[in-house]
Amino acid sequence: MVEFALPKNSKITGGKTWPKPAGATETREFRVYRWNPDDGKNPSVDTYYVDVNDCGPMVLDGLIWIKNHIDPSLTFRRSCREGVCGSCAMNIDGQNTLACTRSMHDVKDGAVKINPLPHQPVVKDLVPDLTNFYAQYVSVEPWLKTTSPTPQKEWRQSHEDREKLDGLYECILCACCSTSCPSYWWNSDRYLGPAALLQANRWVSDSRDEATGERLDNLEDPFRLYRCHTIMNCAKACPKGLNPAEAIAELKLKMVERQI
Amino acid sequence: MSASDTPKRSMRTPLGRVRSLGAAHSGTSDFWRQRITAVAMTLLMIPVIVVIVMLFGRNQAFAAQTLGSLPIAVIMLLFIVASAWHMKIGMQVVIEDYVHHEKLKLVSIMLNNFFSIAVALASAYAILKLSSGV
Repeated sequence: MVEFALPKNSKITGGKTWPKPAGATETREFRVYRWNPDDGKNPSVDTYYVDVNDCGPMVLDGLIWIKNHIDPSLTFRRSCREGVCGSCAMNIDGQNTLACTRSMHDVKDGAVKINPLPHQPVVKDLVPDLTNFYAQYVSVEPWLKTTSPTPQKEWRQSHEDREKLDGLYECILCACCSTSCPSYWWNSDRYLGPAALLQANRWVSDSRDEATGERLDNLEDPFRLYRCHTIMNCAKACPKGLNPAEAIAELKLKMVERQI
Repeated sequence: MSASDTPKRSMRTPLGRVRSLGAAHSGTSDFWRQRITAVAMTLLMIPVIVVIVMLFGRNQAFAAQTLGSLPIAVIMLLFIVASAWHMKIGMQVVIEDYVHHEKLKLVSIMLNNFFSIAVALASAYAILKLSSGV
């Protein structure tokens, strides 16, 4: 059966409260999930106080400030710091989002609570293991597939057909959507999840692609596609404002369309 | 995914695990039928409620007379077929979502089929019996 409670070794215990930075006039409390695979202990939530007058406004700025000034062992992914790479996806104040585009001032009331993306194995602290997520992306074969002879210049596409890819190509594969989906939590071994399905629809919708039917064949499965129950957490979580649920609905519509 | 093939124990590549046994090439029929039966039930709901309200507190003779009408009997039977079918598909989705033990899942799905068919047949029998005035 589905496990509704955390396994024993994932239950969160206590945590350390780090002293407030000396000389800081204004601080913000951060409660950050910590887990170290090497010490054999259960995860904990550490409390830090960030000097808001000494760091940028985003949650990622706060984490970097903690790492630089308080605790160098705090582990998280980050790269572009402007919402393009998707590395710093994490659960902030109960919502999956990018730490670099979420202002710590938008988190109202009390501490900024930070956890890794839900329901994924944790590598360390805020770093989830996204191996399965990336493999699912690969499984939709996210590249142009053609059998016609390759044209001299480029595969041509009308402006209208190009517009059909808007809202699909912008996905940065941060995994905020998939890891916010309860259906993905319970069946991520077989359900491809919102991100991979949005990408699948991106290629199914591409007028230049010649493997549309084959792509739909590959998706037509009670688990791969039809585990989506239109819960819509994906659309709510997407930090890029995309709507994976709509993309999945379009896939289902195409499935019906080719049968009726 | 079987217990022996969980990511922790398996040495399969992540892509091999995701591809697993391949796509079943099914699911669209159930998806479509679930929508058809939902629309059917929405349309049939009002006449069915009207009939049930009409039968409240009345005797069996009145029920037999009401259900003896062909359009009413057909509406009731269609509602039974649509709702039992919808229930069967819906329950199967719930089972597939939450029951991960393969054998238990198979047995649950089988029992769900039996239960849905039994409910549909028993309900249809009751309607036919009443409408035929036996």
